[in-house]
Amino acid sequence: MAVMTLVESINHTLHQEMERDGRVLVFGQDVARNGGVFRATDGLLDRFGGQRVVDTPLSEAVIIGTAVGLAAEGMVPVPEIQFLGFSWQAFHQLAGQLARLRYRSDGRFDCPVTVRAPFGGGVRTPELHSEALEAQLVQCPGLKVVLPASASDAKGLLASAIRDPDPVMFLEPLKGYRLVKDDVPEGEHLVPLGKANTLRSGDDVTLIAWSAQVEVAKKAADVLAEEHGISAGVLDLRTLVPLDIEAIVAAVEHTGRAVVVNEAPQSAGFAAEVVATICEEAFYSLEAPVARVGGYDVPYPVGMLEEHYVPDAARVVTAALRVCGERS
Amino acid sequence: MSVDLDLAAPETVHRVLSEDGSELVSDPPDISDGDLVAVMAEMVKARVANGRFFALQRQGRAGTYAPIEGQEATVVGAAAALDPARDWVLPQYRECVALGRYGSEVLRTYALYQRGHPGGGHFPAPVRVFPIQISLAAQVPHAVGLAWAMQLKGEAGVACVFFGDGASSEGDFYEAGNFAGVLGAPVLFLCVNNGYAISTPLRAQTAAASFAAKAAAFGIPGVRVDGNDALAVIDVVAAARARAVSGGGPTLIEAVTFRMGPHTTADDPKRYQPPDERVAWEGRDPIARLRRHLEGRGLWDAGRHAAAEAAAAEEIDAAWDAAEATTVSPDHFFDHVYAEPTPRMEAQRAELRARLGLDARTED
Repeated sequence: MAVMTLVESINHTLHQEMERDGRVLVFGQDVARNGGVFRATDGLLDRFGGQRVVDTPLSEAVIIGTAVGLAAEGMVPVPEIQFLGFSWQAFHQLAGQLARLRYRSDGRFDCPVTVRAPFGGGVRTPELHSEALEAQLVQCPGLKVVLPASASDAKGLLASAIRDPDPVMFLEPLKGYRLVKDDVPEGEHLVPLGKANTLRSGDDVTLIAWSAQVEVAKKAADVLAEEHGISAGVLDLRTLVPLDIEAIVAAVEHTGRAVVVNEAPQSAGFAAEVVATICEEAFYSLEAPVARVGGYDVPYPVGMLEEHYVPDAARVVTAALRVCGERS
Repeated sequence: MSVDLDLAAPETVHRVLSEDGSELVSDPPDISDGDLVAVMAEMVKARVANGRFFALQRQGRAGTYAPIEGQEATVVGAAAALDPARDWVLPQYRECVALGRYGSEVLRTYALYQRGHPGGGHFPAPVRVFPIQISLAAQVPHAVGLAWAMQLKGEAGVACVFFGDGASSEGDFYEAGNFAGVLGAPVLFLCVNNGYAISTPLRAQTAAASFAAKAAAFGIPGVRVDGNDALAVIDVVAAARARAVSGGGPTLIEAVTFRMGPHTTADDPKRYQPPDERVAWEGRDPIARLRRHLEGRGLWDAGRHAAAEAAAAEEIDAAWDAAEATTVSPDHFFDHVYAEPTPRMEAQRAELRARLGLDARTED
């Protein structure tokens, strides 16, 4: 075990996966010489050379589009989109092509592509650097959508994603790159895609989150326990596709109450899908309506306003108290 | 003869045969008589298939069809200059009836596609043909990826990607051409300039002097070729291929041709196409041109032509009959979204099968 930040864990895992499999290629904007604008790919160029670690032109669509062709010829591409908000400039290649290579070839081609992209607010970035687009990607059948919240999971999920035969959107929490730090196994460490993680068990209410909002949910659970005597469980979904429905249902059946947290605009955010799943699968266990905490239905705001947009522990606590029948 | 791509002027149209079939150049490409006859037979087959798929759509038996009439020399000629064992072809959606050089599986798979069967996207390995692409120019970056992979593996192959004059206005074309230039990837960008993008004529598509001229922005050669002259297409594609496999990088080839039919079976060109334009192009028919040339050399005659048409009809009918006899399970659409369906998809599959009264799964 070694204590690593989340971004160090990603860098460490990319080294190990490129070492393990000579077909793995890393490419994107500023990933080679600069080692990535967050240093996620630092050192890869020196270790693996310019054939396998490639700076591309500023062309998101061709970064994703070439990954499709590389995969069809047997490579294992790990392209980076510098910020998830920029992926809209590749959305036709993500949704219409990468997601469908296996499907539209009726099973001829595997598509073992892992697209890494950071996202999420709270770090005062310029416009289009923070957008939480995970629900839009979930609406593209063929893509898997994976969002680590810890350094340890960043390793285990990234290694699983790179070894997966399907295209994975690997969405990294920008705010957590250096703030999140935990023990990471240094040897082989795989976390299966599609298994949620119960971070805390609780008896009164279940807080369901993913990516950077897991830290927010954990803080809210602390406040609920310390200030309100409420026992809150925290469930980190880890992957939205495949979705661990069993874990969601088990957690909600235990507590009868749930709050779902996402950073995206509320309408049709992935929290809505989680709430619908609870209504379909665990309705008779519910003691109260399920609450959502999320962004608002506005474009992601500029720096002076973002603290009012991104969910924080206080909003999650307020929602949990409401669900538990108490006023904050 | 072999065209010098580095000296090719993007406004000059490269030709080998005149419209009467005589040779315009003193050093025509070095193609054996047998190969030339095979090119002719493939062009005849493409035209017979064209009529057949058109008729099948009108009968309600096949889906919307995008005809190739008038463009046979461009596709058959390009394929003739490629190595099917090494080179990928990425079609847009008009080319598959003319890719017989890549094996009889291409036509059989295309028949499934026109039937609306999901297997129509699966040209079976090792056939190096990518699935038909409906999203214009979206396949162009894929060609760069395939070529880049072959380059990394040290394989002497190219990716030849077909797209139209209209598709050349898409961002994917520019992004892919630019990146291929940087990589020096072995890609042949084959822009089929057939005069119209559905109804939009060339003058509304670009202000560039030619489509080949766009190569200048990528730092790669751009060459125009008479797309109705099979020998010229073979010549240019062979030169571009040789350059690519020897590490010289990509080439943009503009094949100047004309779409003699509608855009698809759902289109009516009389709404936007001047009638005299079509008449002028009828005189430049690519099949008639090569036929005159071969007849002049004693390699073709009316009897061979009729025999080629009959053989083509037989092959196409067999492919279509096989497609019509191919069934598909209603829940097939769950099979190849992921390597393994998600738990939720398995539940959806069970719901569909129960709704349709199907028993537990017995087929794939």
